[in-house]
Amino acid sequence: MSLTVDSVSKKFGRFAALNGASFVAPQGGFVSLLGPSGSGKTTLLRILGGLEFADGGSVRFADLNWLDMPARTRNAGFVFQQYALFKHMTVADNIAFGLRVRPRQKRPSSADIQHRIKELLDLVQLPGLEARYPSQLSGGQRQRVALARALAIEPRMLLLDEPFGALDAKVRKELRADLRRIHDHAGVTTIFVTHDQEEAFAVADLVAVMKDGRIEQYGASADVRRNPKTAFVSEFLTA
Amino acid sequence: MSIFSRSGSRRRSPSFKKPTDDPLWLKLLLSILAIGFITVLLLLPLALVFQEAFARGISAFWAAIVEPDSLAAVRLSLTAAAIAVPLNTVFGIAAAWSIAKFDFPGKTFLVTLIDLPFSVSPVVSGLIYVLVFGMQGWLGPSLADHNIHILFALPGIVLATIFVTFPFVARELIPLMVDQGRDEEEAAATLGASGLDTFLRVTLPNIKWGLLYAVLLCNARALGEFGAVSVVSGHIRGVTNTMPLHVELLYNNYDYVGAFAVAALLAMLALVTLALKTLLEWRYADELAAAHRH
Repeated sequence: MSLTVDSVSKKFGRFAALNGASFVAPQGGFVSLLGPSGSGKTTLLRILGGLEFADGGSVRFADLNWLDMPARTRNAGFVFQQYALFKHMTVADNIAFGLRVRPRQKRPSSADIQHRIKELLDLVQLPGLEARYPSQLSGGQRQRVALARALAIEPRMLLLDEPFGALDAKVRKELRADLRRIHDHAGVTTIFVTHDQEEAFAVADLVAVMKDGRIEQYGASADVRRNPKTAFVSEFLTA
Repeated sequence: MSIFSRSGSRRRSPSFKKPTDDPLWLKLLLSILAIGFITVLLLLPLALVFQEAFARGISAFWAAIVEPDSLAAVRLSLTAAAIAVPLNTVFGIAAAWSIAKFDFPGKTFLVTLIDLPFSVSPVVSGLIYVLVFGMQGWLGPSLADHNIHILFALPGIVLATIFVTFPFVARELIPLMVDQGRDEEEAAATLGASGLDTFLRVTLPNIKWGLLYAVLLCNARALGEFGAVSVVSGHIRGVTNTMPLHVELLYNNYDYVGAFAVAALLAMLALVTLALKTLLEWRYADELAAAHRH
């Protein structure tokens, strides 16, 4: 049930965003993709989520040919930097969205959905905010709702694209700790994109440092931090 | 140095004005000019239309409206708009959706093409249909053999109206949808929603006020279109005369009460549209502000 990313490449016009990126994440692992802007980390994440198509390479996850599946059947929860909450829906409707669009035979009953909304709001520590609209929430609260919405579909994989990038330092730290707690609770394989090395090491078990569309170094957080293999990694980590 | 210190002391003086503040005489002059301009060019003509329409009293006005040819013109205009506006709504949404949410080659060309009816004179666009469907045109003779009548009949009028009003919905929706981005649609896809579910539950609710506004404008133009329809209609009284064409016909026949009565009716339809539009703008501004706070 591990995730195997094998030499994935992607070009935008003439610019090679990904140039043969490979890594293996264990089932239930927490991987940070760390790198400067333009290193391809967001592109790789969007390919894993089905929002972008790879030009080459393969991804296997839980014995599935991951890249052949459309985004909607991958069941991968995606959290965006700018939240991407549905503005015209309440918090409860946002969270329930992924359950309500399921085909009838797989759709939970409305009582089950209500129960699930409450459970998830408790998990992200926003109890009682069901009836609010996204515009009535702070940035940190919005990202918690987005996290709850992504978890509602009981995802096989959780993908986070600089989820705390738009938030202030204090809120970032709180959310970071909560994300780790939620990951350990749900046990879902999590890929987390960030350009903030402190954040990457604080939250993940495994860190992949990216440069020019490749994985420059990949390993356990402590190892990468202690033994940077290339000049680029050591420079990036001390910057 | 002295320049700096002088400007510094001026800034502190109590007579300092905001950079956006203008003298009173200028404000008054500009306001009077603007109001005068609007009164002479917009309000007075509109008032005159109604004054002329009711010049011989309300019964004469009413008689002119319920006259069979006038009623036929009203019916034809409403029918043409009832066909053209929904079709353009569907076309416009489809065009805006594909332009705003997807990348494909030829996108810029498509945007230019959508603008074409705005830049082409309506008379010319009417003539295009004559060239295509007329008896001397490409398709005219073979269509006539199959007893299909496009020109000088309802289909021609509808086609001309669709052409002229095509950009309204797309033009209104494209900037709105581009501004909203693709994030919410992408989120919906990762949550397992189908394309149709995404459109109905996410995209459509986000554009509903803009869409209503565009449909109203499109409808107003569809009812009022003169040039293109004039070329393809053939001006058959009671059969292919729309309201604007009927106004011209009555006016040329020195039936001033009749002409202004139908014109007043057309103006009333426009005023209702304007009132609805204002109401929507008020509502819509509210929602847009909320969307931007997001």
